[in-house]
Amino acid sequence: MSSLEIKNLHVSTGDKEIVKGVTLTINTGEIHAIMGPNGTGKSTMAKAIAGHPDYTITQGDVLIDGKSILEKESDERAREGIFLAFQYPSEIPGVSIANFLRAALQARMAEGEEIDASGYYKRLYQKMDLLKIDRKFTSRSVNEGFSGGEKKRSEILQMAMLEPKFALMDETDSGLDIDALRIVSDGVNSLRGPNLGILLITHYQRLLSYIVPDHVHVMIDGRIVKSGDKSLALELESRGYDWVKQELATA
Amino acid sequence: MAAAPALTTPSTAAVGSFTPAAFAEHLASVPALWHERKRSAYARFEALPMPTRTDESWRFSTISGIKLDGYVHDQASTRDAKAAKGAFSLAAEPTLTFVNGRLGTRNALRDSVAAAGVVVCTLTEAAERHPELFRQHFMAQPQKLGSAKFAALHEAFIADGAFVYVPRGVQVEEPIVLIHSAEGPGTAVFPHTLVIAEENSKVTIVDHFLSNDEFGHFACGANDLYAGHGAKITYVAAQSWSMESLSMQFNSTVVRRDARVQSLNLHLGAKQARHESLSQLQAPGGFSEMLALTVATGAREFDQRTLQIHQAPNTKSDLLYKNALLDKARTIFSGLIVVDPDAQKTDAYQSNRNLMLSEDAESNSLPGLEIQANDVRCTHGATSAPIDADQAFYLKSRGIPEKAAHELLVFGFFEDVLSRLENEELHSAIRGLIRRRFGK
Repeated sequence: MSSLEIKNLHVSTGDKEIVKGVTLTINTGEIHAIMGPNGTGKSTMAKAIAGHPDYTITQGDVLIDGKSILEKESDERAREGIFLAFQYPSEIPGVSIANFLRAALQARMAEGEEIDASGYYKRLYQKMDLLKIDRKFTSRSVNEGFSGGEKKRSEILQMAMLEPKFALMDETDSGLDIDALRIVSDGVNSLRGPNLGILLITHYQRLLSYIVPDHVHVMIDGRIVKSGDKSLALELESRGYDWVKQELATA
Repeated sequence: MAAAPALTTPSTAAVGSFTPAAFAEHLASVPALWHERKRSAYARFEALPMPTRTDESWRFSTISGIKLDGYVHDQASTRDAKAAKGAFSLAAEPTLTFVNGRLGTRNALRDSVAAAGVVVCTLTEAAERHPELFRQHFMAQPQKLGSAKFAALHEAFIADGAFVYVPRGVQVEEPIVLIHSAEGPGTAVFPHTLVIAEENSKVTIVDHFLSNDEFGHFACGANDLYAGHGAKITYVAAQSWSMESLSMQFNSTVVRRDARVQSLNLHLGAKQARHESLSQLQAPGGFSEMLALTVATGAREFDQRTLQIHQAPNTKSDLLYKNALLDKARTIFSGLIVVDPDAQKTDAYQSNRNLMLSEDAESNSLPGLEIQANDVRCTHGATSAPIDADQAFYLKSRGIPEKAAHELLVFGFFEDVLSRLENEELHSAIRGLIRRRFGK
């Protein structure tokens, strides 16, 4: 078992502090959902953990199995097992999905080792079938001209191929209609297992009826203010975030 | 053309290593049929001045890098010519391989291709056996882009070159590969490829320029492409000279009625490289597609000058030159579209795009139009942009190290040029060459 420990994490962009001290431990095999209204720092936290250059970690630490990853570049963090599923994945014209994933897998191999091309394609097609992605996709440019649902499926495909220890899934449900949501959720559920820890970021409960979390946390104004099990998500759905805010004010 | 009288005695700087004594020595080494035109070319070379910084056609060029000193002409090769295999992973064996300007190896054409009358031979052979074609097409077009002096030097010192002739109605499917290699310190080479595609013929030519060692060479090459009525030429010139070399290359393309020429210049090698490309659209329906890809690293300079001349109505030209600049590299692109008064309904496009992978790199673009007809569509544009930070982060977030991420983005940037090549094999062979370039 591996663990991702987030310790008293503070994140700023420019002069503005967005994440104000989050502590959370995710073990492989667990799914944690972080819920909260827009602009409370959920996405910022995920991007900062993945090493996005626009965000500065001013305090605290992020550790994988007890070792801090903050000194590492984003590509090293990824190879240590962090995967960020983007809310808005970049379009990369001229770079095919097949070449892109191949480069990502190649980066995980020892110096001088080469990917076995036939094994690679076999695995890629198998994962694509699972996610109901047309095989012709492999020669298309990464995310270019993809629909919302295609972009998210492409993110899950990458996750399936790269086999991270910890996936930070940023608003994976946004831009998805109900059919697409189901396909994406099925994809995530198929990856669920003892070797993967997931942090699901969402502000709607609907995703959590398909991907059922073990733990639910509520984040407001850069802090986790409440944690519970999956029933907390349902409660939030029926009562809204104001209820938590009020509780917070009276506390 | 008679040489312009020199106003002063040419200084040694104006001829460098290519002195009258050197020329006499060279002349003695080539068949007599070359002599007359070579003497006239040498006179032009001697008489013409070296470019200066104030010459418009050399604007932004590092003139100090254009030196004619320290070179050896007609350097004998010490190696087995087969060593010059090139890095192109194409199934076709090179038909001709030149080492230091002279024929090294020759592979026969496929029987069916030879039987159809296709000729691939040396220029010397062509001058003997097909004197009329040779006279009509060898360096027959004007030098309009600033390098008349160097083109004259080329003609004066050329040892040999490749001649490709495709008769009327013959379509050659497999690419014809020609290798021009250089080796030895200070070796000067003058590679040349002349392609004549007659009416309704089709041919793909790959010229690969490479060094067999790491010494600095001086390559002063030219190629002439002639596409007859309805012919289709695909021409790829891959320049992989050693990183210490000085490279100059002059292209001339003549497009006749309904003909189509697609040319792709790949610039990977040399320390300083100048490339001039002239397309003349001489008859209605002609189309010239001019493509170039450059990987500029270190403190290298790539200087590209182009001219699209529309001489007849309903002609089309489409130029797309893409440069990827790293480190402290410099690129210069200067392009002009000229539309003659009669060339109505011209459709001309010109675009230079620069991907800046370093803040210290410098790209210069000088696009231009000179339109004398009133019913035309001409567009040109130049852009220079750094790597997209979001794209770079996206790739890195998947575990791809920065250098490899940049490489992928360069390939992505190049893809809309590469994808224009119809031949899949050629497409992937060129990708392979570029990949090797990054591997260095």
